[in-house]
This record gives sequence, C-alpha cells and structure tokens, in this order.
Amino acid sequence: MSDDLSKPFSKSALTHEELLKINRERKIQIAAFACMIFLTLLAFIAVAMDMIAPGFTIPFILLLAVVQFALQLFYFMHLKDKDHEWPNAFMLTGIVVSTPALIALILLLGVTKY
Amino acid sequence: MSDSVDVSKGLPPNPEKATLEGKNKFLGFWVFLGGETIMFATFFGTFLGLRDGTAGGPTASELFSLPLVFIMTMLLLTSSLTSVLAMYSMKKNNFRNMMILTVVTVILGFAFLGFEIYEFYEYVHHGGLGFTTSAFGSSFYSLVGLHGAHVTFGLFWFITLMLRYSRTGITLTNAPKFYLASLYWHFIDVVWVFIFTVVYLMAIGGA
Repeated sequence: MSDDLSKPFSKSALTHEELLKINRERKIQIAAFACMIFLTLLAFIAVAMDMIAPGFTIPFILLLAVVQFALQLFYFMHLKDKDHEWPNAFMLTGIVVSTPALIALILLLGVTKY
Repeated sequence: MSDSVDVSKGLPPNPEKATLEGKNKFLGFWVFLGGETIMFATFFGTFLGLRDGTAGGPTASELFSLPLVFIMTMLLLTSSLTSVLAMYSMKKNNFRNMMILTVVTVILGFAFLGFEIYEFYEYVHHGGLGFTTSAFGSSFYSLVGLHGAHVTFGLFWFITLMLRYSRTGITLTNAPKFYLASLYWHFIDVVWVFIFTVVYLMAIGGA
C-alpha cells in the first residue's frame, strides 16, 4: 500500500478554482518579491548617500529589515496561510527567546569589554 | 490519515501535507527553524557586542564594500523567489518546471557562495583581518561564516534531492522533502536580510 506514496501522478487534482487561487497567490508572491527588492534598494541607497545623517539611516534600515523579515516569513514561508498556527507559535517563541538573549549579549559584552 | 494514496485521482492540492509523515515533517521543521532563530540571534548579539573591538586591526567600515554586498543580496533574494516559484510548480504537478526552478536556485546559491568566499579571501589576504586578529574579526567570521555554512548545506540538500528524485516525478514521498528544503532556503534568506543590514549597512552607514 505505502508503495503508492512513491508513485508519480499523471495529473493534478486541482479544481479550476483552486488553480486560479494558486495562480493568484503566485502573483502576490511576485509582488512581495518586487516589494523586497524595492526595500533592499531603499536601504542601500539610504546608506550610500552621504548627506543623510546616520542618526536617521540606522533606525530606518533596521525598520526596513524588520518589514522584509515579515514579508519573507508571512509570504514566502506562508506563515500567513491557514494551518500555520503551530509554525507561528514556534517562530514567535524563537523571537521571544531571542530578544532578551540579543539585548543581554549586546549590553553585557559592551560592559565587560572583551 | 492513511498510508495509501489513489494515484489516479491526481496530485492533491497541498502534496507536502497530504500524508501524516509530511505533516509531521512540516511541524518538526518549524520547531527547528524556531531554534535556528535563537541560535542566529546569539551570534548576532555577540557580533554587535564585539564589533568595536578591533584591537588595532582593520575596522568594519575600512573593509566592507557596498557593491559586493548588494550583488550578494540580490543573488540570494532572487534565489528565494525561484524557490518559491518551484513550490507553485510542485503544487500544480509540474515536475519539469519545479526541477528547472530548483536548478536556477542552486546556481544563484553557488554564485552567492562564490562571492562570499572571494570576500573572505580578500579580507584575509589583502584586508589583514584574520579570524584571530580581533574580537571583531572572530565574531564577524563566526556569524557570516555560519550563514555561509547554512547556504552550503542548503545547496547540497537541493542537489541531493534533485539527484535522488531526478526521474521519479512528484510523489507524496518527495513533495514534503522539496517543500522543507525550500523553507530552509527562505530562512537562509531571512537571516541574510539581517546580516546585510546589521553587519554591512550599519558599519558602512556609520553606526
């Protein structure tokens, strides 16, 4: 029975509606990609231009990174989709644990001075 | 969820989660990615804490060049797109397209890796920044090198899958495997977003 799992399919079981839905999703993914390219360009331009003060540039590019992070996770990695409650919980846990670890490392290493 | 499948009915809409094994792999892989997030966060924290400790060696803003990082970013970002498109081909049971897109992903990944090796080579031989030169050097090579190791692993993962399943078509056995490799590849891209921002752009931008 389980041998069937290794057999290829001659056709797809997608209904016409499902196919349309997938094609629409695909377009949204490409739009998300264009958006990410745009954000990346923005970040590089902000840094390359000397006339913008670092006091503005640094928070700005960090914000862009967070937006791109969300785009990647929710669109490319499908976290926004249904059936992704547990993956969301796992990633959130990872981020929650990461945050104090990150802050502690930056602060403590800064204090002890290697 | 049974182990049997009626092949004549056609490939289910979400082949990566059509079997219990696929569902378990999917869930387990996300646990792994949550853990990876924490591991990378500790490396980022270490780098941010130590990056001013140059010990008389070269500083970050002396070494880094914007064009190189830009090319690497574009390569990895595009490979993430081709990998996402490969998964849509998989859902439509278009094996040929999926393979072609995966090959493109791998080529882009190797290009990225090549630039990274070139970058490290330049820093070591012409920039004067070795692994033990300074705290900045150690934490920089650890963080970016760890990411590079992930890229290498991901590339060999893709290649292994493509060789193993070069002639089988999309089955319910290999669909979850391709899907997870693609998730892993996106995660690598996510980490790179923070590397190019926190490591490169912040150093060049003067923070």
